[in-house]
Amino acid sequence: MRLTWWKITAIVLLAYAVIGGLLLPVPELTQLGETIRNLYYHVCMWFAMMILFSISIAQSIKYLRTGLIEHDIKASSYAGVGTYLGILGYATGAIWASFTWADPNNPAFASFGSIMREPKLIGAAIALLIYGAYFILRSSITDMDQRARVSAVYNIFAYAMLFPSIWIIPRLLPSLHPGQEGNPALNFNDIDARMRMVFYPAVIGWTLLGAWIATLNIRHKILLEQKWFAHEK
Amino acid sequence: MKNKLIAFLLSMGIFGAKAQGEASSDSMASLMRSNGKIYVVVAVVLTILFGLIAYLIRLDSKISKLEKES
Repeated sequence: MRLTWWKITAIVLLAYAVIGGLLLPVPELTQLGETIRNLYYHVCMWFAMMILFSISIAQSIKYLRTGLIEHDIKASSYAGVGTYLGILGYATGAIWASFTWADPNNPAFASFGSIMREPKLIGAAIALLIYGAYFILRSSITDMDQRARVSAVYNIFAYAMLFPSIWIIPRLLPSLHPGQEGNPALNFNDIDARMRMVFYPAVIGWTLLGAWIATLNIRHKILLEQKWFAHEK
Repeated sequence: MKNKLIAFLLSMGIFGAKAQGEASSDSMASLMRSNGKIYVVVAVVLTILFGLIAYLIRLDSKISKLEKES
C-alpha cells in the first residue's frame, strides 16, 4: 500500500472541494444561480484533462527519445484517464447547459438540440474523438514496439490538435460558453475571490485523483508485462 | 483483511451517527435539516467520493501486494 503524501492531498482537497464547493458563499448571478458551483466540478474536469494530456505527450516524447516501453505504457494510461475525464466534462456540461442556456423564452435557444451547436462543444467533441482514434490505433497494431512508436507519434499530433479544436476556433466564433475573451476561470478580474479559494484547490484535487487512477493503471500494465515476459522465458 | 476491517468500522460509524441523529433529533439532525437541507447533499456526495476513494485505496494495496510478489 502506497498512500503517499500526494494521494492524501488529493483526498483532502476533494473533500474540501465538495464541502466548500457546496457550502461556501458564491456571487449571486442571474440565469446561472447556484449552478455556478459547477465551476468546481465541470471546469475542473477539463483542467485535469489538459494536465493529464500534457503528461501523456511528455511521456510519448520520452518514449521516442529512449525507446523504453515503460514510457509508452505511461503515455497511454495518462491519455486514457484524460479522455475519460473529458467525457465526464462533456456529460456534466450537457447537464449544466440544458438547465441554464436552454431558454424557453428565446426561440434561438429553445431546445437542447439548438444549444448543442455551440462551437466549444463541437470543438471539444472533435478533440475527444481524435483521442478516441489514438486508442483505436493502439489496439489495431499487434507488434509491441511498432505500436508504441506509431502511437507516440500520433499522440503528439492529437495533442497539437487540441489547440485549434478547443483553444483557438471556439474563441473565433460567437458562443454562449464563457471564455470568449481569454480564460474566464484564470482571469483574476473575472472570477470572484471567494470562488478562487475553492476552484484552484479543486483543480489540483481532481488532477491528482486522475493521476492516481493513471498510476494504478500503469502499475497494473507493467505487472502484466512482467508476467508475460516471465512466461516467454 | 486489515483494510476490510477499517472500511467496515468506518461505514458502521457513519450509519451509527446517522441512526442516532434520526432517533433523538439532536444537533446533528437539526443541522441536516437546516438551510434547504443542503447538508444532506454534502453528506451524499461525500459518501460517494469516499466510497470511490476507498475502492482506489484497496486497488492500490492489491497492486502493491502483487508487485512485492513478482
